[in-house]
Amino acid sequence: MAADSLINWSLLALAAPGWGGVLLQGFLHSVEIAVGGYALGLLLGVGGAFGKLYGGPVLRDLLECYTTIVRAVPELVLILLLYYAGTDLLNQFLGAMGIGTVDISGLAAGIFVIGVVQGAYSTEVLRGAIKAVLPGQIEAARAYGMSPTKVLRRITLPAMLPYAIPGLANLWLIATKDTALLAVVGFSELTLVTRQAAGTTKAYLLFFCAAGALYLALTLVSNLLIGIIERHARRGFAEQR
Amino acid sequence: MTDETTHALALVPEDLPTAESFLKPHRIVLMILFAGLVVAVAVFMRWDWLPRYLPRLGSGILVSLAMLFGTAILGFLLAVPLGLVQVTGPWFLKLPARLFCTIIRGTPLLLQLWLLYYGLGSLFPQFPWIRHSFLWPYLREAWPYGVAALTLSFAAYEGEVMRGAFAGVPQGELEAARAYGMGRWTMFRRIWLPRAVHRALPTLNGETVLQLKSTPLVATITVVDVYAVISKVRQETYLTYEPLLLLALIYMCLTGILVVAFRYFENRIPTSGA
Repeated sequence: MAADSLINWSLLALAAPGWGGVLLQGFLHSVEIAVGGYALGLLLGVGGAFGKLYGGPVLRDLLECYTTIVRAVPELVLILLLYYAGTDLLNQFLGAMGIGTVDISGLAAGIFVIGVVQGAYSTEVLRGAIKAVLPGQIEAARAYGMSPTKVLRRITLPAMLPYAIPGLANLWLIATKDTALLAVVGFSELTLVTRQAAGTTKAYLLFFCAAGALYLALTLVSNLLIGIIERHARRGFAEQR
Repeated sequence: MTDETTHALALVPEDLPTAESFLKPHRIVLMILFAGLVVAVAVFMRWDWLPRYLPRLGSGILVSLAMLFGTAILGFLLAVPLGLVQVTGPWFLKLPARLFCTIIRGTPLLLQLWLLYYGLGSLFPQFPWIRHSFLWPYLREAWPYGVAALTLSFAAYEGEVMRGAFAGVPQGELEAARAYGMGRWTMFRRIWLPRAVHRALPTLNGETVLQLKSTPLVATITVVDVYAVISKVRQETYLTYEPLLLLALIYMCLTGILVVAFRYFENRIPTSGA
């Protein structure tokens, strides 16, 4: 046993015999995927929310199917399905085009998978926020003769932001934690790297606690920033509670 | 986590379609297309492995459901004191409760699960008194660690919900209870807890669906739930999509049944003035 009574802190050293550098590298991968997946999810969410509110009946039903499936099936299962199906379909598509197969990087696949899952969640959050905007404001913008895109850019998006931020903040925290699930498909983000380090050195508790501290630090720093953004977005609103 | 976020993450009773809503022309066309897709999947993909694995799939589903209900009930029992001490408790209870909720909510469940299973699992054998205790046969299994991790996670998320629910019960009702001469315990049992649970019920339902969505994680520590059975099928048959599609279908059915059950119970509880 390496860590009998005393904790062997040198295992966390940044240089080669220690695993600190590897852990930080994994942490960086996790953050990259979380940021990428969250951004992709936001894009899908804005499109999905507007499609659900203002789209035709067929588009609405298809979006309803998308959000229902993502909200009913575990992320782990979705991640496996999307990971295999996504890479497979892309390669088949490229093969059919005559380009030949490509190796899809784990990073791109991870961002795609997390993004699709987050897209359904953000669709729901944004839809709720848009519905909270007073219809009179949007009608007034239309009465001014603004085109639909201008109404979206000038009125709907800025006006819904205060309502959407708490939900979107939660989604960001969920995105950071969902990256851990990519460990199951073998992507070397923080959780998988931690398990490898722990398995090699047998110092399980030390490494899992270190990784937990990294995730927790990310959450706490995010909470700090979210608080600032929220206060900024709620300027002029009546104080809640 | 707010109600709206839980709603965005998990299916809730309001999302259920009504019977007459299917009878629109475009929906009938979509359903015919979908039925065609299902038939194509059934005909063109390989399903000959299914009968062999049915008994194992059944027991896997039972394990998943046992995990869900066991941890949800245990977690809720833990969540009530967690929420309560955060509202009224002294600082030496309030602080640890808040710390617990922050830590559990701030780290991924998969990491907590592996910390318990690999971390504690590797620590326990070093103590002879644990090895000789009556608990040892259980501690060598994987499922107690899965139950522990899922329970703690549910308790932390739910504790936060209960904190809001306890704080949201109108002061006047509590004052009225005090004016009736109720003791602290009677007031808690008769007024505060039922009102708080009532307020938290929609979120509780959503969180339970979320808990169902978390249960497949226990397969990563060798608990044989339905996800693990499907992984086994994938290894033995070298099929990728068919087992995963079936798994997604199984989870959709389980979620659907859960949500329908919640709607039934919600309709039976009077909600006026809530």
